[in-house]
Amino acid sequence: MTSHRASPEPDNSAPEGTGRRQFLGYLLAAPTLVVATRLIGDVVDPPKAAAAGLPPTPALADVYDLSDALTDATRPTANLITVEVREDGTIHHASPVSENGQGITTALAMVIAEEMSVPLQRVKVTLADARPELLFNQLTGGSNNLHAKSEPLRIAAAIAREQMMTTAAKQWGVSRNDLTVRDGVIRHPDGRSADYGSLATAAAALTTTAVATPPLKPRSEYTIIGTKQDRIDALEMVTGRKTYAGDLKIPGALPTMVHRGPDIGATIKSVENRDEVAMMPGVTDVGVITNGVAVRAQTFGQCIDAVRALKVKWHPGPLANESDDTVLKKLKDATIPMPPAPPGAKVLEFDFVNYFNSNTPLETGFAVADVRSDSAEIWYASKIPIIALQEIAQRLGLPQNAVTFHVVPGGGSFGRRLFHDPAMDAAEASQLFGKPVRLMWHRSDDFRHGRAHPMAVSRVRATYLGDQVLSYMQHHTSVKTDFGHGLGEIITGTLSKQELGNLSVAEGIYQLTTKTFYNFGLTESLLNEIPLPFWTSSMRNVYSPNVRCAQELMVDQLANAMGKDPLEFRLAYGKSEYHPVLRKAAELGEWGRKLPDGVAQGIAIADEYKHRICTLVEIDCRPETVNREVTPAPEEGYVTGPRVTKVTVVVEPAHVYDPNGFEAQLQGGTNDGIAIALTFSNHIKDGLPLEGSWDQGYYTRQWNTPREMTIHFLPNTYDERRTPGGAGELAVAPAMAAVACAYAHATGTMPTEFPINHNNELPFHPFPTQPPMPQSHTDGLDHAY
Amino acid sequence: MPEYSFKLNGEQVTVNVPGNVRLLWVLRDILGVTGPKYGCGLGVCQACTSHINGKAVNICSVPVEQLKPNDEVVTIEGLPATVGKDLHPMQEAWLKHDVAQCGYCQPGQIMAAVAHVNKARKGPGREIDDDDMDNIRNICRCGTYQRIRAAIKDGAENMPRGSRPNP
Ligand code: FES
Ligand code: FES
Repeated sequence: MTSHRASPEPDNSAPEGTGRRQFLGYLLAAPTLVVATRLIGDVVDPPKAAAAGLPPTPALADVYDLSDALTDATRPTANLITVEVREDGTIHHASPVSENGQGITTALAMVIAEEMSVPLQRVKVTLADARPELLFNQLTGGSNNLHAKSEPLRIAAAIAREQMMTTAAKQWGVSRNDLTVRDGVIRHPDGRSADYGSLATAAAALTTTAVATPPLKPRSEYTIIGTKQDRIDALEMVTGRKTYAGDLKIPGALPTMVHRGPDIGATIKSVENRDEVAMMPGVTDVGVITNGVAVRAQTFGQCIDAVRALKVKWHPGPLANESDDTVLKKLKDATIPMPPAPPGAKVLEFDFVNYFNSNTPLETGFAVADVRSDSAEIWYASKIPIIALQEIAQRLGLPQNAVTFHVVPGGGSFGRRLFHDPAMDAAEASQLFGKPVRLMWHRSDDFRHGRAHPMAVSRVRATYLGDQVLSYMQHHTSVKTDFGHGLGEIITGTLSKQELGNLSVAEGIYQLTTKTFYNFGLTESLLNEIPLPFWTSSMRNVYSPNVRCAQELMVDQLANAMGKDPLEFRLAYGKSEYHPVLRKAAELGEWGRKLPDGVAQGIAIADEYKHRICTLVEIDCRPETVNREVTPAPEEGYVTGPRVTKVTVVVEPAHVYDPNGFEAQLQGGTNDGIAIALTFSNHIKDGLPLEGSWDQGYYTRQWNTPREMTIHFLPNTYDERRTPGGAGELAVAPAMAAVACAYAHATGTMPTEFPINHNNELPFHPFPTQPPMPQSHTDGLDHAY
Repeated sequence: MPEYSFKLNGEQVTVNVPGNVRLLWVLRDILGVTGPKYGCGLGVCQACTSHINGKAVNICSVPVEQLKPNDEVVTIEGLPATVGKDLHPMQEAWLKHDVAQCGYCQPGQIMAAVAHVNKARKGPGREIDDDDMDNIRNICRCGTYQRIRAAIKDGAENMPRGSRPNP
């Protein structure tokens, strides 16, 4: 066996021997050419020295961030990434990471197309079933995907290309070095040519053999990576042909729903009318599973009727006495006290409250299960399919190798699909009924019993004297975040390997995602968590939106106290690496332009996943805007409120593979930031969110989204390792912070509760908790337009 | 069980199902037409938007018994045929602007967009503008709103005036 050290970027100037991984390539015995790569060793970067200069106290994230941790965590098992060339000339890759709209399959297809010099349309990326040998590599979280996945894939694609070239050379009796390849066609100067497809069989290996890693295509020859490309699944999506879990046609898998409890974690005492409900039209089965009473019927409409008809008695769960105000009190009580301020210093201190935000994606929890006595097959858009498979196998009492877990495309995730409870519901129901099921969570299930970004209080204190900031302290207290089974342990496992101390999972992630942006002298940022068992998760980010928002509001307070313009202050105190994004955003967004009273700008920076970002927004808080109406007005429940009218986002990226997809993620992230700053939250009452639909949980709608949004990229200059980071979460924190700052400037009142409208009078009548889901309406035709 | 009949994407279909079952479930669970998506079942998210007799309707809120045999239901699957092409101009515009992220809301977005363009055109000489688009209720949880707006303006330019979504 030969091993070759492969450089991810041949024209990379990083010193030899740092941050390089060693891969083994294989030709697998198969009818057509199949190449696989496997990681065999790793050379870890020594932590870099912190930025020069005394202040501020360096934070862990300054030298090693979450993106690095996830990449390192997935390295040791980044094995067997395969690329297959078929006779029709298409190139196939079964991705071990899931697609929930991030565009990961498109970016991976671009990597293959680039390295093999084939048109992007010929690369087909599908989602791999759960593969226990890829343990921990098969997760999609922390936006690290491309970062971790692209290198072995590029090497596999390069091996495939070389194998094609040498096969053609052999057939033609010429030297490989005389051959070129373009658009999947290999050519010799004498005019002979062959398509990859025509060589796919000849290039196949008879026995599996290890091969050398060939040189990778130099960046200067890239024609696909870094250019605007459309998503490979775009046509399927606009024609309605894209198949999500609920669209699968598995024989006998009838609609199934679950009657859930009146508070989170409630348990069933008794079901009063099971037999009666089982006789309802269309209903085939009714029975108790862990999370409630499952009902299977001919249509979902009949499931809803049956779920609503069930009479169930419940034991209250562990949160039945919790509401917004009790949680807030617990968080404040748990906040780590601030040390005394230096004598003579002026002190600014605030508490910022962030309420729960539901991460409910547009596709609710859909899963299909077909459980037999000795085997099971599951379909779900899981982000951690191996863990899902293992836990489901255990619950069903089946050996792991009797369970097949198919990963299907998801209709959004935002942290939700790190959790596989819909797949578990489906598996349990299918086993109980002895029949296949196609299970769906109602929208109100998803809001009330799904996952949410945890409520948190950030206490921030800054001290200053004259124009000198002496200290900046932030004590962030949060309801415990559930990072998904296994994910947190993976990250902390890596952390301790990197000798970064004995932090807890949450502290570790907090430290990795919380950088220091300003030269504020003594700088400290601490996390404390309270163990309330809400169903929490990350949501397009973990801590940074709340932490950054509080910090940027404080920056504006300091600027104000010193009589400085917010931009001028940021350029004076912000670390110099953020100046380019600040300056460009100020220029493009026309910082300081004259605006009417009640309309104002806000600006904020962030730095994550190896990209630096600055967001500048304008918000209109004039009464005529705040009170605008949507026509035709819904009966109740929509909110308008302050309108973000214009957004400018400037990013200095580490390295962008797919600028079109990157821009889309920044647009989406910005809409998330606007939502959590202004409108989108859960109100907790007696252990359950009151929200049950999108006219209650106010994610950004067309009437609240800015008409003008400019996304601008500065040249890639920043990450010396130049492995591409994700973008799904990057834009959320600076958008939330900039909107909050703009709101403060426009109204003269600094907001301290988020979203800003959370404690307004509740604009809707909550659905009852029993029956647990509302009935569909019958007046659709009256609203035809 | 009662029988209901209507036209679906140009073909007459007949189903045996209780009359209160909403059209969304009749299409998805009985007829296997899965372009219209479930996002709430409450007439809020608009993911199920389809056309009935040329107008946009939330079919999660239409009991099948309200349909008559001559009613023409068009889902995203049948939209291209309404203009006699492989893709409707609005779908072309969606591709041009690469709108979709997870894609789940997009069939409903496109069906709504076509109806909103036609609705705006009821005003003499009017075309859809940003004020009209502020009233579009369709949720996109991936936040593709900016590209949706750009695509609608583009798609409208290529939708012949006076065109209705049904033949
Ligand atoms: S599913 Fe019909 S409006 Fe949401
Ligand atoms: S593209 Fe995902 S919900 Fe719209």
